[in-house]
Amino acid sequence: MTSDIAAILAIDGIATGAVYALVAIGTVLIFTVTRVIFIPFGDIAAFTALTLAALDAKRFPGTGALVVILACLATLIEIVSLLRAGELRILPRALLFYFVLPIAVVGAAWLTMRVDPPLAVRLVLALMLITPISPLLDRIVFRPIADGTVLLLLTVSVALHFALVGLGLLFFGPEGVRTEPLTSLSTEFAGVLISGQTMLIVIAALVFSGLLYLFFDFTLVGKSLRATAVNRTGSRLMGIRPARAGTIAYLLGSLMAGVSGILIAPVNTVFYDSGFLIGLKAFVGAIVGGLTSYPGAAIGAVGVGILESFASFESSALKDVIVFSLLIPVLIWRSLASLHSEEEIEE
Amino acid sequence: MTRVHVQLAALAAVVCLAAAPFVLSPFSITLMNYIGIYSLVAIGLALLTGVGGIVSFGQAAFVGVAAYATAWVSALNGYSPWLGLLFGVALTCGVAAILGVVTLRLQGHFLSLSTVAWGLAIGFLFGNVEGLGRFNGISSIPPISIGSFALVSSAQIYFLIWGIVAVILFLGYNLMDSRLGRAMRALRGGNTLVESLGINAFKVKLVTFVIAAFLASLSGWLYAHMSRFISPGPFDAGMGIEYLMMSMVGGAGSLLGGVVGAAIVTLLKNSVQDYLPLIAKGASGQLEIVAFSALFILFLQWARQGIVPFVARYLPKIQRERPQPAPPLPRRAQPTPGELLLKVDGAERRFGGLIAVNKVSFEVRSGEILAVIGPNGAGKSTMFNCLTGALRVNKGEIVFGGRPITRDAQSRIAKAGIARTFQHVKLRPRMSLLENVMLGTYARTGAGLLAGAFRLNQREEASARHEALTQLERVGLGDKPFELAGNLPLGNQRILEIARALAADPTLLVLDEPAAGLRRQEKLRLAELLRSLRADHLTILIVEHDMEFVMSLVDRIVVLDFGSKLCEGAPAAIRSDARVQEAYLGGVA
Repeated sequence: MTSDIAAILAIDGIATGAVYALVAIGTVLIFTVTRVIFIPFGDIAAFTALTLAALDAKRFPGTGALVVILACLATLIEIVSLLRAGELRILPRALLFYFVLPIAVVGAAWLTMRVDPPLAVRLVLALMLITPISPLLDRIVFRPIADGTVLLLLTVSVALHFALVGLGLLFFGPEGVRTEPLTSLSTEFAGVLISGQTMLIVIAALVFSGLLYLFFDFTLVGKSLRATAVNRTGSRLMGIRPARAGTIAYLLGSLMAGVSGILIAPVNTVFYDSGFLIGLKAFVGAIVGGLTSYPGAAIGAVGVGILESFASFESSALKDVIVFSLLIPVLIWRSLASLHSEEEIEE
Repeated sequence: MTRVHVQLAALAAVVCLAAAPFVLSPFSITLMNYIGIYSLVAIGLALLTGVGGIVSFGQAAFVGVAAYATAWVSALNGYSPWLGLLFGVALTCGVAAILGVVTLRLQGHFLSLSTVAWGLAIGFLFGNVEGLGRFNGISSIPPISIGSFALVSSAQIYFLIWGIVAVILFLGYNLMDSRLGRAMRALRGGNTLVESLGINAFKVKLVTFVIAAFLASLSGWLYAHMSRFISPGPFDAGMGIEYLMMSMVGGAGSLLGGVVGAAIVTLLKNSVQDYLPLIAKGASGQLEIVAFSALFILFLQWARQGIVPFVARYLPKIQRERPQPAPPLPRRAQPTPGELLLKVDGAERRFGGLIAVNKVSFEVRSGEILAVIGPNGAGKSTMFNCLTGALRVNKGEIVFGGRPITRDAQSRIAKAGIARTFQHVKLRPRMSLLENVMLGTYARTGAGLLAGAFRLNQREEASARHEALTQLERVGLGDKPFELAGNLPLGNQRILEIARALAADPTLLVLDEPAAGLRRQEKLRLAELLRSLRADHLTILIVEHDMEFVMSLVDRIVVLDFGSKLCEGAPAAIRSDARVQEAYLGGVA
């Protein structure tokens, strides 16, 4: 391996890693606020890419139907649980958030599609269509078991991923997509050609992690999310609703996953089931940060990207074997490094 | 319902299973074969996840290792499938042992995540190794032959599959009711509990893990020679979660639940495949996995217990006989009263900048009750944890019975003769009083895996059972030995913990805040029990802050304040000590 090749591999790896980093940060965000290890994040990223591709092809994406179905389900569940709790007076608000808003988003997207919007608008549409999915899934799937153990939530999360893969095939079909590059610029740095897309990926990752940092440190909502992460009961006593904090976390997280999906779509061909590996590799990165640290997760994810890039040069067939085998030493290191109070498993 | 009824039910089930091939259609038999093969994995998972509390997403990979191993031996190299069995089992158990040694010290979800990791890594391996046919798989695998009789048709291999399942269930239930099985069932109570009983938690986890992998390897071997063709598909991550689902649907923790779960999931999947095309034409493949995952999620939301435990609630309880007298278990040499038993010398424990225990020294003499008291934050619990090995001291030495135990692991300290109870009661609520106390005898008994599975441990078991009953009677809980521990009120749970500690035949009993949360009557009963134990020459160390409880009970008191020893002496002297009064009540302003 010459230094030229090494440099190209490294740049490639950093670009891939930056995409993983966005998903990894979202994973950490959800885990700290809700204790859910949200494996389906990768699916969200892949769905965004598929949505954008459909929009580019002037088709209305399957995401719309998916959001409508999920919104109906979530509304139904919300109504039933409100009825049971005898709190029908907040029904209008529940209807607004779980039904009207998602449907309005889909309707707006559908209307906009009729006038053949430019790329920038299509990007926004794709993100708009994708963001309601995880909060709705949270309401349908995770809210009823919010007090379960991390392991129960993890098991449910894995099952949810498989459901989403099936839905992905149903709504998007088996064809892989690759969208147009967002920019055709390129530049040379130290003798190595860097494509504009690569730079865009890295810049987007930096901008979004920066924004997230500002959000957490300088807004009240951000601080309430952090408080929920530290202590659910305590923050509830301070008037913060963990469920609402969870919804915000899912919204933010899926936005980041959506951005990463848009970024990766021009670089890799994305299939309905590509999300699993994106999500898992991002997750490997997140674990490097102990599932608690955002910079740690970002660094870990970039590390995974670089590792994958070099591994696929050595043996493209075994690159995934290598990446996941290396997760085990990382887990051991994290487990030793983390201070854990022993948790009894529920009967 | 008595034991005989259970045996009759089992016999009836065996007869039904044996008659099935003569009644059912060939298609149903094939379905039954799959159920049997999946059952083996699900039984292993019930043991690993339900009993041991280790959630594994990777069992499908173990099935694959064995299936590929036997295919490699028999189809690619032309040896007998029986050699394939040997190789497959050895390879799978070897891989599992290595993975187990590396990962089983991980905590909670880290451990489960590691199973996702190696499950995926091994799964990817099958499709990418040149010699294993890549994604095309390996075909023309020979059938299993018994003598010259080849098991080709599904009705022929049926007997082999279900014979193995029946034997595994029988051995599994024997194991659950043995010394090692009880240790496995205690694993969910957390490492501190398990280690405090003199059980090496890591070793028990490793054994459980390898047993589960062994069952998966049997399944893989049967699968390869039944379907005669293998490809990476049936061993991927999706199948791993399906196995987990089977064991959870059946009722994780119940071995029979593994079989029931495998049957329900397989039949359900089959009917989903049959009926979905009627509802949604052309999309059945996609909808199948969606419907399936949705059902699983609903199941986890509404019925985490699983089917077998749910049904068992409505069955009559099994009547058990009270344990009969049996030869006693060997006892430890007890120290002579008044002899130095425990010596803590300059113990110091820091947490970062905080010195929780600061150069504390004291002695415990055989036959006395010593209390370590102090206000909140005095370092009592830290001192206690250092004594029992849950924490290590940074400086100083702890000598027990003439031997330094400063650096020993918890289970070694427990084996040396220090038995403990917990401030927050740690019992196994779903185990009976008798079984909980029998956990205490672990270090005094020795039956291993095979002795447990093949019931070669009956003499020792009888002795342990009798010992447990004796201790229950000694503390006054002897009237309902088969009651579940979770049904007792808190006061009696504390006393049950003491019985469990006594079953270990300790020379020193250490009690962590035994009076916390007890009502007055319960405290009086507890004090009376401890006095009677002292009359039997047992040495007791109590860490407590209930002054009234301590004063009337103990011989000597050590007072801690802000991590340091304030003073030491008889209760009356301590009561009148100005420094103690200041520590507890605040100084005169």
